[in-house]
Amino acid sequence: MNSLSDPHMEPSRLSKAWNSNMAYSFRKNPVAVVSLIIFAVIFFMTLFAPLIAPFDPYDPRSFDIMLSEIPPAWSDGGEAQFIFGTDDQGRDLWSAILYGTRISIFIGLAAVALQAVLGITMGLIAGYVGGRVDSILMRVADIQLSFSTLMVAIIFLAITQAVFGSETFNQYAIYMLVAVIGIAEWPQYARTVRATVLAEKKKEYVDAARVMGFGPLRIMVRHILPNSVSPIFVISTVQVANAIISEASLSFLGLGMPVSQPSLGSLISSGFDYIFSGSWWITTIPGVVLVVLVLVINLLGDWLRDVLNPKLYKG
Amino acid sequence: MSLLSVRDLVVKFAMRNNTVTALNKISFDLARGERIGIVGESGAGKSITGFSILNLLSKPGYIDSGSITFDGEDITQMTDPQLRDIRGNRIAMIFQDPMVTLNPVLTIGQQMVETLQAHRRLSKSDAEQIAIAKLREVYIPAPEERLAQYPHELSGGMRQRIIIAIALLLDPQLIIADEPTTALDVTIQADIMELLLELCQSNKVSLILITHDLGVVSQMTERTLVVYAGRIIEAGPTREIINDPQHPYSQGLINALPQQTPRGEKLKQIPGAMPALSAVPDGCAFNPRCSFATDTCRKTVPEVTRIDHLEVACHEVRRHHETEEVAE
Repeated sequence: MNSLSDPHMEPSRLSKAWNSNMAYSFRKNPVAVVSLIIFAVIFFMTLFAPLIAPFDPYDPRSFDIMLSEIPPAWSDGGEAQFIFGTDDQGRDLWSAILYGTRISIFIGLAAVALQAVLGITMGLIAGYVGGRVDSILMRVADIQLSFSTLMVAIIFLAITQAVFGSETFNQYAIYMLVAVIGIAEWPQYARTVRATVLAEKKKEYVDAARVMGFGPLRIMVRHILPNSVSPIFVISTVQVANAIISEASLSFLGLGMPVSQPSLGSLISSGFDYIFSGSWWITTIPGVVLVVLVLVINLLGDWLRDVLNPKLYKG
Repeated sequence: MSLLSVRDLVVKFAMRNNTVTALNKISFDLARGERIGIVGESGAGKSITGFSILNLLSKPGYIDSGSITFDGEDITQMTDPQLRDIRGNRIAMIFQDPMVTLNPVLTIGQQMVETLQAHRRLSKSDAEQIAIAKLREVYIPAPEERLAQYPHELSGGMRQRIIIAIALLLDPQLIIADEPTTALDVTIQADIMELLLELCQSNKVSLILITHDLGVVSQMTERTLVVYAGRIIEAGPTREIINDPQHPYSQGLINALPQQTPRGEKLKQIPGAMPALSAVPDGCAFNPRCSFATDTCRKTVPEVTRIDHLEVACHEVRRHHETEEVAE
């Protein structure tokens, strides 16, 4: 553009990102690195589940009841074709876990996206407009927070299951779960966003924007929201982990994903009846996957919170 | 007709139990192209005057009574869309701290284009051309490259120049500058003030300069208002106020300047502090700190008296003036 900008001096976007404070703190934090690697491995394996899985766990015709409850390959009586053994219906557990984790992660991300949209909108309006609007929105949030997420979800899912019958319910279970977990947890976002907006609103650039004659919507969305993203990032990671747990709990209680289309929670639940008859793997292996998945997400969230919190920033 | 005419403006703050009067019957006029200074201590109501003119007082402050006529229209009676059309477009405001006035997550170019597009139908490239021209006017080197930069990549003086460029983007008729150089380095202060003066003169823009720096006021403005505890206590041509202030408070301010005290002597200062707005004394607000205060000063609020070119609100000055006239 100009003689002052020397293309050889200009660092590329990639190297800029690599040299940023955030990337540096990430490289110096082995817990975060390991967590991200594990999460990436789980994420991509589930993303490409149809290519990796040796069997299709959604096709009941491929199950052989004669091959049910085969222990994992490394223990006595295990068979090489079923790495993690089979469940009570003769379904390959490894394939079921791959597909199930995929459902869990999808529900986790989609529910959090819904929470974020609802919560950020409410929080922005409450924080920026203030006064009576703020009081009403936040009281609604308080009331909703005083019901536990699981309680709301159980009541809602139980009623829909009864009204539509389990046939229809099972067909739309995945969307029901996204909606119910999304709606039940929006106040978490609304509160966080509102608190940040209250702090940002007092800064002079907001006054300057009002002095420039910008309308309230533009100031909220284009000026305040981009300055409030770091707490939103932090809360999102924690919320994804929470949503995955909520989904697993609901499925475990029989209100989530049906056995024909199992998520991690339904797998744990289906194996639970056999845990004392010796078939420990049907419950334990999906359980371990769930714990690892939630743990790495939470550890990443911890790291992100430390990096983005200027009070904890150590230069 | 004057560009801006403020009449008996009363601004109040609704506190939990009572209301506090922040501005008490402020009246002044501003001609087209004229530059006035509003001087006073912290908390005297200088900044509130600036915000009232844009009708941007935030809660719990509100305009209680009085009128603000800008170019023939009363700002206090305007609807929100009408106000938005005036803000930024016809009246621009420059704030104290350039470090926090620009939005940290938007580039300079985005902020300038956004301001232009909020008020005019312009394509992005046309808006950028105007932005570059304005940046050049405030002597920003390589303005094309600045557009892609974020505020944190620029120095304080550079940012204040950019803020001035943004204020000038839509060719406003009036700029309100609220302590525009207080947060800057002393060496840069003079540069910025000179730039602001030059731009106001060449673009024929009126200026309201809010400051506590009498030196700046004397260089920049034609007329000065001295504000104390929400009232204008003295107003008139800047030169007269600096050279021959009438009100004891203005005299105190001038005498407190370090240049007024010979080397080695203690600096003169006005004893006491300005009262809190919730505890303004009866009568003249300045009476507890005034060495000329009489019983009248403690009981009744002084009326504004015209003495030559100055308007002064002080019982003693008035009495003195009247006896002089009788003697003549």
